[in-house]
Amino acid sequence: MWKFIVRRLIITFPQLIVLSIIIFLMAQAMPGDALTGLVDPNIDRAAIEEQREKLGLNDPWHIKYVDWISGIFQGDLGQSFRYKMEVTELVEQRMINTFWLSVATLIFTYIIAVPLGIISGRYNDTLLDSSITGYTYIGFATPLFIFALVMLWIFGYQLQWFPTGGSVAPGTEPGTIDYVMSKINHLLLPALSIALIQTVSTVQYLRSEIVDTKQRDFVITARAKGASESRVYNRHILRNSLLPIAAFFGYEITMLITGTIFVEQIFSFPGMGQLFIESVLQRDFSVVNAVVLLFGAAAILGALISDIILSVVDPRIRIK
Amino acid sequence: MEMNNMNMSSQQDSAKSPSGLKILWRELVRDKLALVSLILLILIIVFVYGVSFIMDEKEIVKVDLFAIHEPPSEEFILGTDYGGRDVFGQLIIGTRNSLSIGFIVTLLSGMIGITFGLIAGFFGGHIDNVLMRILDFFQVLPFIMLVIVFVSIVPNYTILAFSLIFTAFSWMGIARLIRSKALQEKELDYVQASRTLGTSNFKIIFREVMPNISSLIIVTLTLNLASNIGLESGLSFLGFGFPESTPSLGTLLSYATNPQTLEHRWWIWVPAAVMILVLMLAVRNVGEALRRATDARQRRG
Repeated sequence: MWKFIVRRLIITFPQLIVLSIIIFLMAQAMPGDALTGLVDPNIDRAAIEEQREKLGLNDPWHIKYVDWISGIFQGDLGQSFRYKMEVTELVEQRMINTFWLSVATLIFTYIIAVPLGIISGRYNDTLLDSSITGYTYIGFATPLFIFALVMLWIFGYQLQWFPTGGSVAPGTEPGTIDYVMSKINHLLLPALSIALIQTVSTVQYLRSEIVDTKQRDFVITARAKGASESRVYNRHILRNSLLPIAAFFGYEITMLITGTIFVEQIFSFPGMGQLFIESVLQRDFSVVNAVVLLFGAAAILGALISDIILSVVDPRIRIK
Repeated sequence: MEMNNMNMSSQQDSAKSPSGLKILWRELVRDKLALVSLILLILIIVFVYGVSFIMDEKEIVKVDLFAIHEPPSEEFILGTDYGGRDVFGQLIIGTRNSLSIGFIVTLLSGMIGITFGLIAGFFGGHIDNVLMRILDFFQVLPFIMLVIVFVSIVPNYTILAFSLIFTAFSWMGIARLIRSKALQEKELDYVQASRTLGTSNFKIIFREVMPNISSLIIVTLTLNLASNIGLESGLSFLGFGFPESTPSLGTLLSYATNPQTLEHRWWIWVPAAVMILVLMLAVRNVGEALRRATDARQRRG
């Protein structure tokens, strides 16, 4: 098992390096550099040129890349052109919001997926199962952004059960109970929108897994021993079917990233996804690069975590 | 039980085993939902391409300040948007553009994915290993973000550039599926026989293996078409698909990011949303029926 983990880690590092090179080359292709927007247009051109030389902006690309990478390891992601502040600081605020949104989404995803998957698998080919399968079928075909828009329209505007934008009600003091409640209230609708769409593949997987396990020999043995139906399901089948589901959460990160980009835009929720779209539109490229780098690294690490958990849970994967 | 009987009798009827494409067609006709979806799709395609042929696109995207945000009426079947442009006309052209880009991207990413998958699967060993690591890397990247960044830094932004960027990040699923099939296929006798006869690898891959997995290819491409239509409208929704002068279904939906439009002017975004849903469900129904056909255990008739 350790062999597998080491081998998986060896694959991860080149991935991270290639990701950083792609982003760096993208940054080079983008108009402007660290000095644009910072200097006063009245300053002499020769002085700017001298400054550029001093900052190393005229170096060949591989030296610039090493500079850039070592800066990142020291927590220096550059300056935001629009906000006139450190990208690190800007990203930090937004990241907290997106982090909680993701946590809420993951919780909802599993709260919805596990019971539905179990019901659907346990009572397969009943009316209940076909309605759940119908939901997953339609959910699979529905683009997230349309669903989120409809949710916002119905629950935000028509019924007015939830706030329609922002991450906290204006005027609430940080640290109070009201503040926390307002935060949670603002999270619910966006998180639920992503979860209801994202969960369908997990439901489908859990269902087919349970239907599959139901016919295994060890289940028949358990029944023959006289184990009650609930014991067969809770102790024997679920133990086999639930673990892979739990391991999938790393892969879900990639889906979450896509989800937050759309949903934060629709609910005007101040998180990383919204920051990303805003920065691209405003051509604030140092922020764009930082966000892509963080999200990309998160996706790569998520896949790593999932693969490792899966290898622990399912020894067959390790053989390859 | 009845199903089984039908299955038996139909198999006895056809003395020689039916070809892959014939099985696909038969399954499609048996599945009523898929058949209705297919007919609906063909009707939409014919209608949309036909009408947009007659309609004057310039007239529709022209801004008319005297007719801003008009609700549906006799003159404008689905009202007008914030530029006074006819929503119904935009819906037709948008559907046409979304479908066209869906077809183009599916075809291009299909070509790359099939070639990549066939080569990785057929040669196996080290080549397969290296190619799969490259694929892993592409697959783990957040697709939407990279497309958005590339779209925003391309200097001459055209529809062609958009489809190429889109393709560059969407061929991986197909490649993975084709590769696993090619791995199985290359062990079969006909491939070994061909090799012994001295047929070149290139010829075996594209003239012999590829036709043999053609039904799988058709299924994958159909299912991909559905997801590509959704992704394109999503990108246009965020403002990184087509420019506004060439409306797509996503462009119409993006007007709904304005809360006023979302709350009070349903005629701008609801038809486009319904259209995307109908298209995606219909294509998916057809694709699922085809997928069942390729898997003998799941076949219905």
